[in-house]
Parts: sequence; structure tokens; C-alpha cells
Amino acid sequence: MKERLPILLFALAMATIPLIPGMPPFWIVLLDNIGLSALVAMGLVLLTGVGGLTSFGQAAFCGFGAYTTAVLTTAYGVSPWLTLPLSLLVSGFAAVLLGLVTVRLSGHYLPLGTIAWGLGLFYLFSKLEFLGRNDGISAIPPLAIGSFRMIDPGAIYYAIWTAVLISALLTMNLLDSRTGRAIRALRRGHIAAEAFGVRTPRTKLLVFIYAAVLAGLSGWLYAHFQRAANPTPFGAQAGIEYLFIAVVGGAGYVWGGVLGAAIVVILKEVLQSYLPLLLRGEGQLETIVFGILLVGLLQLAPAGVWPWLMSLWPQVARRRPPDPSLTLASRVRAAATPSLLLEVNKARKQFGGVIAVNDVSFDVQAREIVALIGPNGAGKSTTFNLITGVLPATGGAISVLGKPIHHAPPQEIVRLGISRTFQHVKLVPDMTVLENVAIGAHLRGHAGALSSMFRLDRADEARLLAEAARQIARVGLAEQIDQAAGSLSLGQQRIVEIARALCVDPMLLLLDEPAAGLRHMEKQRLAALLRELRDGGMSVLLVEHDMGFVMNLADRVVVLDFGTKIAEGSPDAIKRNPEVIKAYLGAAA
Amino acid sequence: MLFLLHDGITNGAVYALLGLALVLVFAVTRVILIPQGEFVTYGALTYASLSAGHMPGTAKLAVAMGVAAFAFDLFVARRALHWRLIARAFVVNIVLPCILLALTAWLADRHPPVAVNIALSLVIVAAIGLFLYRLAFQPLAHTSVLVLLIASVGCHLALQGLGLLFFGAEGQRGPTIMDAAVTAGPLRFTGQSIAVYAITAAFIVGLWLFFGFTLYGKALRATAVNRLGARLVGVRTTLSGQIAFLLASVIGALSGILIVPITTLYYDTGFLIGLKGFIAAIIGGLVSYPLTAIAALMVGIVEAFSSFYASNFKEVIVFMLLVPVLLLRSLAAPAVEEEKD
Repeated sequence: MKERLPILLFALAMATIPLIPGMPPFWIVLLDNIGLSALVAMGLVLLTGVGGLTSFGQAAFCGFGAYTTAVLTTAYGVSPWLTLPLSLLVSGFAAVLLGLVTVRLSGHYLPLGTIAWGLGLFYLFSKLEFLGRNDGISAIPPLAIGSFRMIDPGAIYYAIWTAVLISALLTMNLLDSRTGRAIRALRRGHIAAEAFGVRTPRTKLLVFIYAAVLAGLSGWLYAHFQRAANPTPFGAQAGIEYLFIAVVGGAGYVWGGVLGAAIVVILKEVLQSYLPLLLRGEGQLETIVFGILLVGLLQLAPAGVWPWLMSLWPQVARRRPPDPSLTLASRVRAAATPSLLLEVNKARKQFGGVIAVNDVSFDVQAREIVALIGPNGAGKSTTFNLITGVLPATGGAISVLGKPIHHAPPQEIVRLGISRTFQHVKLVPDMTVLENVAIGAHLRGHAGALSSMFRLDRADEARLLAEAARQIARVGLAEQIDQAAGSLSLGQQRIVEIARALCVDPMLLLLDEPAAGLRHMEKQRLAALLRELRDGGMSVLLVEHDMGFVMNLADRVVVLDFGTKIAEGSPDAIKRNPEVIKAYLGAAA
Repeated sequence: MLFLLHDGITNGAVYALLGLALVLVFAVTRVILIPQGEFVTYGALTYASLSAGHMPGTAKLAVAMGVAAFAFDLFVARRALHWRLIARAFVVNIVLPCILLALTAWLADRHPPVAVNIALSLVIVAAIGLFLYRLAFQPLAHTSVLVLLIASVGCHLALQGLGLLFFGAEGQRGPTIMDAAVTAGPLRFTGQSIAVYAITAAFIVGLWLFFGFTLYGKALRATAVNRLGARLVGVRTTLSGQIAFLLASVIGALSGILIVPITTLYYDTGFLIGLKGFIAAIIGGLVSYPLTAIAALMVGIVEAFSSFYASNFKEVIVFMLLVPVLLLRSLAAPAVEEEKD
């Protein structure tokens, strides 16, 4: 409960502000507006700052929320409280429709797509007859509890800020969970997350809907606060402004959204009311100064004001160490493990005219360490990508335990008990080692987004973290467990990847150059760990360039050259194989 | 029907110019140049003011921004100030815009020929574009696309506000560049629309030559692909950014000058025009010049037809045009890993 103390203090402070005698009502209105913007910005924090999906269209979702309640309360006389779930539902549903199209957009197309439908929806709001065209809908009834009608800005203030605080708590809960880790992994590309069973399109859609529902909530509150709805506040300008707020405050931080809303709303207000006095009201001076200040602020604090403020008060985030007694159910293994674990039969991959993997066949038996070696460009990593489903094979068959896995996506492969590490480390640098490794156990947890938001996932979560901590200790990084993964040396980051792969509870571990960047002692420790894993019943397939490491460790070696298998056998046989020597040293050797 | 097509193509040609500029700036600096619209208005209204014999405020803005840019240069170089550097910064940032201001003031009430006015407007806006990069974007060059975008919106707000200050809220028109007209069958091609086609085509060819065959063009492309790599082989990435902004502001101003005789421009018209160029640029994937030009023509034609048949939903149709295109592009794009930050 201790980590919630600052939030409790903040809530108390916010609750007392309207009670201060002599508080100008103008300030309360300002705080109301800050709260409304903060709600939308919070959704953007999750969507853009954490999930990496930039959206300019959030204002349109506010519009969905506001117009839903406006139409229902004025035309049909529905009570405002009843329209709340409907407003959220309509925004959420709109998000599903737009999201299905939008989240499939890659890279820069995504923000551009959101601009497009943001503008389109704005024009639609202003042209539709039943939404009152440009004039909008007025005389929306205020919120009321019994006979207490929230007309006064000081009354709806509580409704707005309760919504802000609850949303902030729910959002923080969500981020600190199994689903939250999947969301935070999105920004770093989808391959690593998918290799551990995260369904990235679904996760993207989830954040998209979450952000839209928060915007819809803001729109619903706005409609009952202004008691009118017209298209202007839901246009592209507003959509861009919400993005401002999130970026200025700190796009990666929930409280950055609230702080950003405060900065932008107050700044605009101050400029609008004082600049004309100062310079005798010439034109749009406030937008000029606002624009310049915005650029200046970004130059001073490109990551946002919130992280910059936080760095002034350095604090050690202490988390409770995971309880080692908790365990996750292990994979059900057949009583008599069949000896043939992985069979690659004439696997082929062509990129246009280039044959990266040319009808390669090999297998991995149970309790065996197989090394895949070959000069650079031999097709080793491509073979890994074929086995793990990252790339679809052009031809051939790959089967696990006798079952063909042709064209299965990475999420299915990892379910079968095959986990991997990457040649180029794919960790989320601003997440701790523990959180990164816990992504590996993604499929072994069950809590969904809703149960995470309401903290019903704690038992599940504790078991996941305990498992992650156990694997971190196993690879010898217990000291670094709470450090940000990006602050570790490259060699250590590779070890973190191994711990993450072990969290899958795999039958077969695929390691892509695990020893690169390790020091001698670290390599020996890694070799010992891999032998221990083999003796415990796991198989390992590894790509590695360090021949000393490979030859001492592997039970069997497969050699690729230019996409073709040129040799296979025990390390000693390979060392003497003339084909292999030729491939590595050239014909003259 | 045919006159709609003609209208669409004329507008489309202007969108094509703007789209090209946006692609150029994005490729080199990763900035999505929202203030492109302001370059259009500044160019158009500076030209209109000069033609009407007024002193445009943009000339003063160029001087003010130059002074600020000089201060930035001095601040950045404060540890290693030497005279050559200061002298160079002084000439570029202070002397040049001051000469411009003096020239503008001297010419303003003398009614110089159209060509002189055009040249002067272009140079003034070019200076503003150059200083804009120096002041707003050069210090942010290392940050993410998102931060650059927000800064870009900030610049747009400031410049649009300044536009109102300089030119007032009333719309203006400028004198035509060519009064000649050709009649072909049912269509009348005004000299202006022919000028639009010719200049657009010339720019597309010019850009193609510049990027394909000159050292600076290649340096710009190298910066676009890999900033660090370009720096390591000796390309000055700030110079690339400056060239990109210079070109973009000239192109923007030129588009403005081309359309101001045809349509009345207000201080905030540029934004919407820029936006349509932007749509074309997006359809071109922010990388391809020919695709952008074709897409721009398409946007112009769709706009012309929808404004005739469904004028209420004109903007909806134009912007919704994007969604299927974006979807197709994403689906067609190979599933490559995107590493951001």
C-alpha cells in the first residue's frame, strides 16, 4: 500500500481544492478542463508512449462519447448515468472498427491513418443532420444524483477528478501486469513478443480500445459539463493537442499525461488572458507564443516534463522480492520422451532469387546439444527463423515430436515448447531484467487485461514473477534483477535472453550466438549451464561462431555453407572434415 | 466533366509540388513538415503584398529569426569561438536578411516588375525556412519522429499566428504571371494554369536530376538512409537538413505564388492545401517522388469531382481516400522488424 501513498495524498489535495474559501470559480473550471484532457492524454500515454502507436484521432473518440450521450439524453430523454456505459461502448466499438483497419498499418502509416480518419470523422460530425451539423446539440441535461444537479463547475469537478484518479489507478495496474508487459514490449517491435506467445495484433487492438474508451469517458463528461456538444472540440486540431499534452508531459508515464494536461491547459489560459493585456491585443499572439514555448519546452526536455521532474527526486523503487515458494505448472511431458524432438526435412527459403536455405535436413534428439555452424551468411539465423515460424518456409517440412508445424505462427511454435534467443538482442531496454524475463512466462499465466486492471491477477502474477526470478538466479544474474535491461552489458543481455527463453519451460532451446560478447569465465559458466539443462532433459540447438565453445559443448555439429548443409557429425569428425575446412579457410588450406 | 478534370489537374499539380517537398524533408530530417502550409501562405501573401505596394511583415520576420539563429550559433559554439566561424554565422544570419529587408523596403513602393516580386518573395520565404530549421529542428535532430512532429505542429501554430499578424484576416489575390490563354476545343487553358503545369514538371525533373546526379543530392539521400553513417563519411547532416528546408520553403512559396492569382488566399489557407499535398505524399509512401506526383493529381481530381457532386462531403471523401491506400501499402509492405527510438 506504501507505493500508493503519493496518489492518496494527491487525491486528498485535489478533493480539498474546491473547498478552499475564496477559490475563484475560474480556477475550478480550469481544473475541470485539465481533468478532461488528462483522461484522453492518459489513453494516449498507453497507446503512444508505451505501446508506440501514435494516434491523432483521439478527439474523434471523445466525439463518439459526447454525441452518444447528447443524442440519447436530448432526443430520447435517457438518464445521463444510463448513457455512460453506452457512450463507452460506442467509443469502444468505433475503436474496434477503426482499430481493425488501423493497427495493421505499419510504421509511419499508422499515425497518418489516424489523421485521415480523425479529419474524416470531424467532417462527418459536422455534416450529419441528427448530430445537429455544425451547431451541434445543446441543452444536454446535467449529471444529477437525486436532486443534486451538477451544474456548477465545482460540482462536476468531483465527477471529473474521480474519473481521472480511477483511470490512473486502473492504467497503472494494467501496466504492471502480464498484459502490461506485452503492451510495453510492443514498441520494440513484434518479433520478440510474438516469440513468447504474445498475440501482438490483439494486444495493439486492446490498447487502441482502452485509449478510445478513456477518450469516450472524457467526451461523456465534457458533454454534461458544457451541456452542449458541437464538432469543433472533436476535430483534428484537438486531436493534435492531446498528443501535445502527452508528449510535453512525458509520453511514457501515466502521470505525465496529467502533468502535460495541466501544463498545456494552464499555459494556453495564461497566454490567452494575459498576453493581450501585455501587448494590447494584437491578433493571435497567444498561439504564436504557445507554439514557440512548445518547441522550446521540447528542446529542454525531449522526453517530457514528468521524467525530468522525477529525475530531480531520485528514488529507489523497492519492490517486494518474488516469493520463491510459488511455482508454475510445468509442461506435461510424455512419460517416455520420444527420442526425435525436432526434424527438419529439406527446409527451403528463397528471398526472390536468393536461396538462403537450400533443402537443409537435420534433426535434434532429446537430451542433445546440437550446434549449427557455418561462415557468415550461411543461412543459420534464417534456419532459426524457419523453425520458430518468424519466416514462412518456401518448401520442405519441419516437425516437432512427429507433428508437422508447417506455416504455424511463432505463438504456436512456442506453445509446443520451443523457445529462442536472438542474434541481435531484443529486450525492452527500459523494463527491468525481471520484467523482461517474465515476458518469457507469458503463456504460463492466464490473467487478462480486465482482471489486471482490478488487481484480481495478483496470485497469477506472483507465480509468474517467482518463476522469472528463479530463472534469473539460475543463469547467475540475481544481482541485476531490478536493473533496467538496457543498462546491462551486451553479454549480460544475451544471458537475460536465455533466462527469458527458459521461462517458457521449453523442451528445445534455440540459442542464436549466445556466447558472443561474453568473457572467458562467462562462457565457461554458460557451457556448464547448458550441459546442466541437457542433463535435466532439455535439448539445445545453437548457432555459434566460437569454435572452442562449440566443439567442447556440442554432442553433434551441423555445418551450413551458402544455405546448404555440407557436413554433420561429432565435433571431432567435423574438425577433420575437408569440406568444412574448405568452407572456413578456402580451398588452398 | 472536362473542366472538372482540368480544375483537378491544376490543383493536383500544386499538391504534387507540396507533396514532393514533404517527402524531401521527411526523408532527410524525419520531420513531418506541417508548417509547409505556412510557406505556401507566406510566399503567396508576400508576393501579393509586394504587388500591392505594401511592405510584407515576413521580411522583418526573416531578420528577427536570423538574429535568433545567430544567437543559437554563438551559444552552441561558445566553447570554441573563433573569428571565422562568427563572421560566417554573422553574414548568413544577420547580413543577408538585413540586405533583404532593405531591398524590400526600397522596392515596396516602386512597383517593380512581377518577376522581381516573385524572386524577392521566394528569397524571403527561403530565409525563413532556413532559419526555422536552425531554430526549431536542428537542436532536436536526435529525437524521435513523434517529438519532431509535435515541434513541427508548434512551428505551424507560431507561423500561422504570425501570418495573421502580418497579413490580417482578409484574403488576398495576386496578379497573374501570364495573361495569355489558349483555347482547345471546349477548354480554355489560362496562362496561369499552363505556368502551373510547366513549373511543376520542371521541379519534378529538377529534383530527380538533383538527387540522382549531384553530390549534394546524394549526400541528402545518404543522410535520409542513415544519419550516423552519413556523418561518418563526412556528410554534414545539419547542412543536409538546411538544404532540405531551403528547398521545401522555396517549393512551398512557389506553389503559393502559383495559386494566389487563381484563388483568394487567407492567412490560414495554407494548412489545408499543405494537408492535401501531405495526403499525396503519404500515398507515395513518403519516399517515392513519381508516385507522390501521380497521387497528387489523383487527389486534385477526386477533390474537383467531389466538390461538384457532393460538396458537403468533399473533405470527408478526400481524407477517407487515404485509409484504403494505407491499408494496401501496409499489407504489401514486407514484414520487416521495425526498431524504433
